[in-house]
Amino acid sequence: MNKEIFTKPLFKANPVTVLILGICSCLAVTVQMKGALVMGLSVSIVTALSSLLLSLLRKTIPNRIRIIVQLVVVSLFVILISQFLKAYAYDVSKQLSVYLGLIITNCIIMGRIEAFALTNKPWPSFVDGLANGLGYSMVLVIIAFFRELLGSGTLFGYRVIPSSWYVANGGFYENNGLMILPPMALILLGCIIWVQRSRMKELQEK
Amino acid sequence: MLDCLNIFVKSIFIDNMIFAYFLGMCSYLAVSKNVKTAAGLGVAVTLILAITTPLNYLLDKYLLQPGALAWLGPKFANVDLSFLSFIVFIAVIASLVQIVEMIVEKYSPTLYSALGIFLPLIAVNCAILGASLFMQQRSYSNVGQVFAYGLGSGIGWLLAIVTLAAIREKLAYSDVPKPLRGIGITFIITGLMAISFMTFMGIKL
Repeated sequence: MNKEIFTKPLFKANPVTVLILGICSCLAVTVQMKGALVMGLSVSIVTALSSLLLSLLRKTIPNRIRIIVQLVVVSLFVILISQFLKAYAYDVSKQLSVYLGLIITNCIIMGRIEAFALTNKPWPSFVDGLANGLGYSMVLVIIAFFRELLGSGTLFGYRVIPSSWYVANGGFYENNGLMILPPMALILLGCIIWVQRSRMKELQEK
Repeated sequence: MLDCLNIFVKSIFIDNMIFAYFLGMCSYLAVSKNVKTAAGLGVAVTLILAITTPLNYLLDKYLLQPGALAWLGPKFANVDLSFLSFIVFIAVIASLVQIVEMIVEKYSPTLYSALGIFLPLIAVNCAILGASLFMQQRSYSNVGQVFAYGLGSGIGWLLAIVTLAAIREKLAYSDVPKPLRGIGITFIITGLMAISFMTFMGIKL
């Protein structure tokens, strides 16, 4: 049972490509691999821990004010993460800027809490939250891989495409500047969905 | 006055919430199937943005910024509460959405039923919190500018969602490859729309 909770959000019910949740941050932080990875890990941690905590609290929260309680719990974890990053990885936290704070309103977290954590036991909720966070990270890293490789010729900041290839140094290669701009993230995500749905026919819409 | 107008126009076209920052994407994609509901949600988002951004600006200026508590006396001049800004902003937004929902329900039941489920969902729309966080980063100098920014961002969002909804209504008649149908093609259309909005980037205001 636990195994299925863990594997389903990675492919068949991926929060980004299938459920279409958490798109905002997914597109904005994918210019570089480093930012994407840190963002993915932060979201995974916040989703897992807030699912766990809210699942423990689920019987004591009055139904009418549950959204505010959820937001407070989630923002607690986001504050912890953002303070941690500010202390130990300042440049990454600068690069993620407002999107780090926007983890609070990331629909994946609220969605998993509403759909899973409030009706399930703490341990499965934790696994579900973690798996959804990892499914999100996976898509993030795939998009960032193409954007950084084709847009700046680097991966994690290390040069992959040799600099002697560039036109400026007498070569034949030129970076694709469009990749760094926002619109390309949308089109890349569209293509990822295209590939996934042509493989998994049951996901196709009529 | 002129600076307010500049910020207003800039936040609609150049710093468009959707096309430049991808904020509020989830509801943008989910609620853009027809123009009427899209416009309803857009109006609600604009309303909340125009109220919460100035409110959060005042809270930030007189409560949260380093040294903001100086008006309480010299003892508080060094207090820095900025780490609390996330939780304060989201609490303001969530409670305001709740209040607006109650007011609309009481005084305009037709608008209330038209907006339906979208009103409470706005609390978790990233565009609202995003606007407050950008406002904090960009250090505007007075409430008027912040109001112009909030209103402009809302109208930019409204413009984006209504345009997409109109395109998607027409798209129902076209023959899209099966795996791309629905959400896939919507992403690509949004990408193309974002490219066209990039033409505004060169304008300096």
